[in-house]
Amino acid sequence: MNDTTGLGDDVQLITLDVNGASYEVITAPRRTLVDVLRHDLRLTGTHVGCEHGICGACTVLVDGLPVRACLMFAAQAEGARITTVESLADSGTGELSDLQRAFTEHHGLQCGFCTPGFLMLAQGFLAERPEATKEEIREVVAANLCRCTGYQTIVEAIDACATARRAQRAMGAEEDSCN
Amino acid sequence: MKPAPFQYHRARDVEGATALLAELADEAKVIAGGQSLVAMMNFRLARPGHLVDITGLRELDQLGVEADGGLRIGALTTHHTVETAPADRLGAGFEVIRDAMRWIGHLPIRTRGTVGGSIAHADSTAEWCLLAVLLDAEFMAHGPRGRRRIPAGEFFFGYYTTALDPDEILVEIVFPRPAPHAALTEFAERRGDFAIVSAAVDLATEGEDVLGGRVALGGVAAMPVRVPEAEAVLAAGGSFRDCAEAAAAAVDPPSDGHGSGDYRKHLIRNLIERACEEAMSR
Repeated sequence: MNDTTGLGDDVQLITLDVNGASYEVITAPRRTLVDVLRHDLRLTGTHVGCEHGICGACTVLVDGLPVRACLMFAAQAEGARITTVESLADSGTGELSDLQRAFTEHHGLQCGFCTPGFLMLAQGFLAERPEATKEEIREVVAANLCRCTGYQTIVEAIDACATARRAQRAMGAEEDSCN
Repeated sequence: MKPAPFQYHRARDVEGATALLAELADEAKVIAGGQSLVAMMNFRLARPGHLVDITGLRELDQLGVEADGGLRIGALTTHHTVETAPADRLGAGFEVIRDAMRWIGHLPIRTRGTVGGSIAHADSTAEWCLLAVLLDAEFMAHGPRGRRRIPAGEFFFGYYTTALDPDEILVEIVFPRPAPHAALTEFAERRGDFAIVSAAVDLATEGEDVLGGRVALGGVAAMPVRVPEAEAVLAAGGSFRDCAEAAAAAVDPPSDGHGSGDYRKHLIRNLIERACEEAMSR
């Protein structure tokens, strides 16, 4: 295996909380969060594209908010809760989450390279703003690049997921009030 | 690309951070949200030997209105925190600042990028720099020789160049008074790109009448600039259109790959008029 820590660099021990598990990593300070996720933790669901914050392929959640994992050093993520695309599907059964299913149903992906970034962008955004309108979703989706779909289907997938979650919550509230 | 090797230091308090900066001198850069610096390091446009990470200094992450009506923003406050701040934390009359946040990059940039970082980086099109110049913000810098207050008008020297000493940290930004009839708008080729031109106005009004106002532009010089010629038109009771024309006539914007100087003047005319109308309708 290639030495991916960068030979000759000073290394440091950092502890990262990723998808609820704690990992200790010995790494060079210049390792970005996305590189540590992929190379050290072998969580290769997060993709790396432009490495300067333009494409959004590396989007993960840090303390629940979407961030570019290429614009953050792993050492800066110590003490934060990091959530990656691997957290979405059920870890036992492999069953996809409602957001992932919406992407499939609405053809929100073709080659799939950008998809983990879009999923985490939408996951973080909808958690903070469940009542998001389609226009707001369209504006947020502008953060990431997709060279296949033309974005329309991505916006529709996220909007459908948000609408379904709202309907489910309304039903839950109704049931609560009946009890 | 990957950044060049560096040593990483996590500051525990402001004093420790400035002492370290003084010791490391030119070798060190302060890192907060890193949304400009890490991109520059990945491109190897910046190769600092040491990074001093100040993101752990929670005392610099605060936002609130002072008894004197000013808005005090800790340097580590993120754009996203300002964008989503409840009305009582932001204070009445500072909606212009909240609404300007949507022009800064994209959501995943705003969740990490900080107010102090944006101002210390001093990009000539940065929204925070423009707001600070428009609204006479004051910056609190902390260094080994103590604290000093720097008015926005004396802070920006040129492209990415400020009055901060290498061993000083920007700790706090104060917007001294509310600006209820102010607005910022801009134009970029795509949503989230750096603005080609940005315009901001702060109108002084009495009922439906405009008594005068401040006009500032970004993207037309090495730093955001006030435009006294356009402000004179407002003070004399001229129309928003005349104010915008005066601004376009007064500045000499550069030509580059994003647009010619004439194109920028065209944008200035439209954006200043738009900003005036938005400010008036608040």
